[in-house]
Amino acid sequence: MAEFKLPANSTIQRGKTFKAEAGAKKVKAFKIYRWDPDTGENPRNDTYELDLDKCGPMVLDALIKIKNEVDTTLTFRRSCREGICGSCAMNIDGLNTLACLKPIEDVSGDVKISPLPHMPVVKDLVPDLSQIYAQLRSVEPWLQTETAAPPDEERRQSKDERAKLDGLWECILCFCCSTSCPSYWWNGDRYLGPAVLLQAYRWIADSRDEATGKRLDNLEDPFRLYRCHTIMNCTRTCPKGLNPAEAIGKIKQMMVERQG
Amino acid sequence: MAQNPAINTLRSPLGRVRGLGSARGGTHHWFMQRVTSVALLPLTIWFAVAAATTLRGASYEDAAMWVQQPWNAVLLLALVGATFHHVAAGLQVVIEDYSKTEAGKLVGILLVKAICWLATIASALAVLRVAI
Repeated sequence: MAEFKLPANSTIQRGKTFKAEAGAKKVKAFKIYRWDPDTGENPRNDTYELDLDKCGPMVLDALIKIKNEVDTTLTFRRSCREGICGSCAMNIDGLNTLACLKPIEDVSGDVKISPLPHMPVVKDLVPDLSQIYAQLRSVEPWLQTETAAPPDEERRQSKDERAKLDGLWECILCFCCSTSCPSYWWNGDRYLGPAVLLQAYRWIADSRDEATGKRLDNLEDPFRLYRCHTIMNCTRTCPKGLNPAEAIGKIKQMMVERQG
Repeated sequence: MAQNPAINTLRSPLGRVRGLGSARGGTHHWFMQRVTSVALLPLTIWFAVAAATTLRGASYEDAAMWVQQPWNAVLLLALVGATFHHVAAGLQVVIEDYSKTEAGKLVGILLVKAICWLATIASALAVLRVAI
């Protein structure tokens, strides 16, 4: 459901400023969304000034430096620091991306950081993803077959069949795309969103899978699939350069194809 | 753990997401919206050109003569049908996107469909009365 105004307890207040140490030459300010469920206070934007000469190149390096050296209460998710785990997805400089893949240099002016948009916040930059994980579970993202696998051998695909999975298997489920989609913001309770639909298509497109029809049945719904209005924010924001909008388009094409 | 304020239930996330299941529909609606938009491209250009040339400054009799040409009458009816189908389909999507309640959604969609139906019939009647 569309909501255009923040509830009173979500209005963002001006926060604290942590100055760079004296003598710092290359100072950059990071304005970071902070919210602590235990204090009952409204969220605020804290400003941290860092000396880039003493900081790694990526936004995640800056976040880790802040947590280690400036303010240990700053909370965020990270793991692999090389763009493969999807944990550090957040909104940086107005675009959802992975903090570990975003060079600080790419941001002109202050670096504004907030959690993935329109998700419930657990704390600071950590969004609650339980709804979107349940949506992923609902498309049953695993191989489904009735035919037994050949004995002592893997299920085989031709090179062309395997090539159809390129641009799909690379998705790391960071949910930058789904949380950038206005349609997912308004109707995320029923619309599956680009990330989950790309995952669904990954199994629909898999030549080894035998449940294609069932998968399409499950998606054929005015809300689950057809809330996609080809806004394309998903494709624009994907930190892995994938194209969820195209995958959704192919699902719609198959829906029409099977009508007759 | 932060609770989504919009979620007021102890049902599991998977149960909530599965909800009432798939409607097994929506494809026809989506496809017809595309078909009518493609049909409206040439139809709208044809009508705009006619309005700007033949019909421009024409007397009532001349305009009526133009509508009475069989092809013109057929294309006008097609334009009317495609336009109001497209309007109804498009507005339905907007209402589904933004309505906050099921009741509001139902009333809105029925209202849009009723208005578009009546407008289609009235426009078609107008064309036919002149053409026949």
